[in-house]
Amino acid sequence: MEAFAYAAPSTVAEAVRLLAAANGSARPLAGGTDLIPQLQEGRRRAGLVVDVKRIPELAELRWDPTSGLSIGAAVPLVDVARSPRVRRHFPALHAACGIIGSVMIQHRASLGGNLCNAAPSADGIPPLMVHDAQAVIAGPGGTRRAAVEAFCTGPGQTCLGPGELLVAIEVPIPPALTSSHYLRFTPRNEMDIAVAGVGAAVTLDPATGACARVRIALGAVAPTPVRAAAAEEYLSGKTLTDDHIEQAARLAVKAARPISDVRGSAEYRRHLVAVLTRRALAAVRARLLAAGAGRPPGQETGQQAHGTEG
Amino acid sequence: MNAMSTASAGKASINAVSAKVLVEATVNGVPEAFACEPRQTLLEVLREQLGLTGTKEGCGNGNCGACCVLLDGRPVNSCLVLAVEAAGRDIVTVEGLATDGLHPLQQAFLEHGALQCGVCTPGFLVASKALLDVNPHPTEQEVRRWLAGNLCRCTGYDKIIRAVLDAASRMAAETRPEAAAGLETAADDGEVRPA
Repeated sequence: MEAFAYAAPSTVAEAVRLLAAANGSARPLAGGTDLIPQLQEGRRRAGLVVDVKRIPELAELRWDPTSGLSIGAAVPLVDVARSPRVRRHFPALHAACGIIGSVMIQHRASLGGNLCNAAPSADGIPPLMVHDAQAVIAGPGGTRRAAVEAFCTGPGQTCLGPGELLVAIEVPIPPALTSSHYLRFTPRNEMDIAVAGVGAAVTLDPATGACARVRIALGAVAPTPVRAAAAEEYLSGKTLTDDHIEQAARLAVKAARPISDVRGSAEYRRHLVAVLTRRALAAVRARLLAAGAGRPPGQETGQQAHGTEG
Repeated sequence: MNAMSTASAGKASINAVSAKVLVEATVNGVPEAFACEPRQTLLEVLREQLGLTGTKEGCGNGNCGACCVLLDGRPVNSCLVLAVEAAGRDIVTVEGLATDGLHPLQQAFLEHGALQCGVCTPGFLVASKALLDVNPHPTEQEVRRWLAGNLCRCTGYDKIIRAVLDAASRMAAETRPEAAAGLETAADDGEVRPA
């Protein structure tokens, strides 16, 4: 590794000052599971590494009954995955945090780092997108917020300006009758990078049982994680029948702009988007039914035997 | 050494590039101080400065788990930790597992023949200890999932998994002899209590 200087500030203000003064040559260090190999292999360079793990705001997982969850940018994935509130309110996020890298990686790597590394295949980003998460960004000009959906601007590129630091990711409490799921395809069971990944979140209308709010986000099939707008629009106002899920899965492919690489061909990735979208939506439906969510009278859900009247 | 600064919690001052930093940390229960460059990994310092060569370098990029150590009780790839990050932290390496004789995991690995060349073994032992610390009674699937980041290229995994499960039951028997002797009854509420 090429030599660099190191600092471990204890406040956001100090970190921002250090980053801003370095004129773009500083890199924040959270879990280091992406940054350290990148520095070792010369894929990124740093004159200064700013360890942000000793800053309290970046190290805390905070729950507020009105605003929801705030995930400090350096909180390890394992702490997110083990949170009962994450499991209950954000199942897609729970799923993603338990499949990124190994257990050792999960004890170091953070969702904030996953977001800032901005890999098209980042498993943490589609679940944040389907839960309407916001990035809290501190910079020389103060604090601003950006939708996670707009955070990544290209492979390895983000909206962070000079001297800006991701402080936390805020995830609002979902409305009642909401559930979500994230799943990906990898050739190996563990320790692999997504060939494609799909996150889905659905909120049902309590009166009709139809989809009131639908979010579908795709990973590893475009330069950044992307929403599948056509599929979301199609499902809105419809019930989660097998036919509707199948049609939404086909429409999700429209949002994919995959490349062919060592992990899979573009054609294969498009195929995976349909399969994974179908499975993610089916899993969301199963969770909603298990939680006692209603469905409209006379509607076949395909799982009627297990259904409960809401 | 005149360029040396001290890394301590919350210190914001920037050390000069290539200057060595004095780091104080607890290693296997003993307070240690070492000087290192910011670019040096914890793995490198453990092996080359502290002489703790039990921790192995396999891939050097977080894929193989041979360099697993506990950092404040948590399993991490020491090849992906900067040594300066360890300031004020508690580190346990494979050398710290045996206290009064071998750790039950080490004993079980020996008895099950859960190793051949041995390069992956320290990582497996430390990662397994971390598992049993948080989950003393893991299922086979839980052990397999937990150890997915530890690669073995000669023995294969079955003997390792069996050794970890065996060590878990032995440790349970040591702490609760009545459990091993079967002297327990299930209470009405489903809780298992000693008879």
